[in-house]
Amino acid sequence: MRVVIAEDSVLLRAGLIKLLETAGFEVVAAVGEAAGLLAAVAEHRPDLAVVDVRMPPGHTDEGVRAALVIRRESPDVAVLLLSQYVEERYAADLLAEHTSGIGYLLKDRVADVSTFLDALRRVAAGGTALDPEVVAQLLLRRGGGPLGRLTPREREVLELMAEGRSNAGIAAALVVSESAVAKHINGIFTKLDLPHAEGDHRRVLAVLRFLDGDA
Amino acid sequence: MVLPAAERLPWSRGAWRDTLFVLSGAPLQAVCWTLVALPWAFWAPYRTGSVLSLLLLSCAAVLALVRPLGRAHRERAWAVLGADLPAPPPRRKLLRALRSEDARRDLGRELLYHLVVGPLLGGAAAAVALAWAGGAALACSAAFAFWLPPSKGLAVLLAGLTLAGLALLIAAPWLAAGTRRLDVRAMAALLGPDRARELERRVEDLAGKRADVVDAADLERRRIERDLHDGAQQRLVALAMNLGLARETLTDVPEPARRVIVEAHEEAKAALAELRDLIRGLHPAVLADRGLDAALSGVAARVPLPVTLRVDVAERVASTVEAVAYFVVAEALTNVVKHAGAASVEVDVVRDGPTLRVRVADDGAGGADPARGTGLAGLARRVRSVDGTFRVVSPPGGPTALTVELPCAL
Repeated sequence: MRVVIAEDSVLLRAGLIKLLETAGFEVVAAVGEAAGLLAAVAEHRPDLAVVDVRMPPGHTDEGVRAALVIRRESPDVAVLLLSQYVEERYAADLLAEHTSGIGYLLKDRVADVSTFLDALRRVAAGGTALDPEVVAQLLLRRGGGPLGRLTPREREVLELMAEGRSNAGIAAALVVSESAVAKHINGIFTKLDLPHAEGDHRRVLAVLRFLDGDA
Repeated sequence: MVLPAAERLPWSRGAWRDTLFVLSGAPLQAVCWTLVALPWAFWAPYRTGSVLSLLLLSCAAVLALVRPLGRAHRERAWAVLGADLPAPPPRRKLLRALRSEDARRDLGRELLYHLVVGPLLGGAAAAVALAWAGGAALACSAAFAFWLPPSKGLAVLLAGLTLAGLALLIAAPWLAAGTRRLDVRAMAALLGPDRARELERRVEDLAGKRADVVDAADLERRRIERDLHDGAQQRLVALAMNLGLARETLTDVPEPARRVIVEAHEEAKAALAELRDLIRGLHPAVLADRGLDAALSGVAARVPLPVTLRVDVAERVASTVEAVAYFVVAEALTNVVKHAGAASVEVDVVRDGPTLRVRVADDGAGGADPARGTGLAGLARRVRSVDGTFRVVSPPGGPTALTVELPCAL
């Protein structure tokens, strides 16, 4: 899998390259700012771009804006954003336009190597990976409506769903059986009046549409 | 300047000092009108042109003398009384200065002193001189009795005159003290700088300086945030990543070594989380970038309580004020979580014209006291630094409402 990395910290850039190459990814370019990222994506057409949110020159949300440009102009390139802080507002911006092939994680998650690599592969495959903290923020922000009807357990399941996890992943995280997870999910869909859908991605999409539309 | 009664006895030092001060003023007080009147005593022109030019000349002379005379008066107060009266703002070119309203007002006050108040004080000085001289002469009238033809009732007359003289001698120091007080007050009010204007300027100056200091502190906070973000935080992420990699790949090491790696990895992650919270509390990048709504929704989401957040700020406020509002809400929410035992919190941030109103209300135990908690006192200080108002209503048993009003621009 071919990857472009955009990260302004030299130390972390080197670390990411090492991590991804160890895991069998092919890092075709590593750049330090947003303009370079767009050029590298146009040149190499990678499967995935791993992008730092805060980059020169402004050191605010250059990565988010670059990610939106990449998703718009090269829909086949998935983008995983990394940031020291996750902000619900940036997530809302990202998800307003695209709900596939996009990820938004805290940089801390890099430390949990296998989970991080899973998220990378999921995003590259057109899925979603949202940081649990973003999901918590989104849920709280939109918590007023039908979400209030969910039981705490269903809420947990919904959060894990929104992070982009499969039934098996949710079952492992909550230490319950997969059939129990399926039951919770059905309960969530019923309470939120969502139609049943097949596959992880459509499920996440439904969840995110709901989160976004309920604002 | 109230002097003890002993100072006003005719033979006290105070009495002589006041008298000297009052009498030394008299010649100076007379200068202006003398300049205007004197030429007419020697020369009486009949042509209108001559009259006008003479008047013009007198006026010019008075205007030119206003400042030197004022300085002479202040020197007199310093030399005799030791009173240091402030000098008015310097004025180089009179005609050019008259274009500014402040200078015109200064000149008006000075003319009022030299042309109106001065002559009155001069009159008072004459009265003081008369009281001393007349008092002394009358008190000694008995000494002249030998030269007077003896007559009936002379003794009574002499006794009356002597008593009147003594009364005048007692009254003279009081008169001198009163005149001195009036003169000093008039000099301070009319010959010095305009106090109201000085204060106004000083307040403006201080407000400007304080705004600079507050802005500088805010800037410093952002710089620290940037430095930590670019430095320590990135290093910690790299460290945690390497430890994570070691934890995943070094599966065949002895168990104790493995445990150490796992612990180090967990510690590094915990340190990262702590550092993240610390840095976000300094000045979140999203605040500068997207404003209060975006930054506060992030804060609200981190609170383990249901938070109802309403932010209605259509037009962005000054960045320092934004930072204060952010800090207030973040700290207030931290307090609620730590102390209130609340079930829910409401946060309202509303811009109302030139005012930004921030309200954090919880349904917790109440009893919050800004005088005791360092957290609330720190909040109040930070709010005051931008001229805001701070109000906590927190009866024992709750609920607690914190209301802060901030000016939108500094």
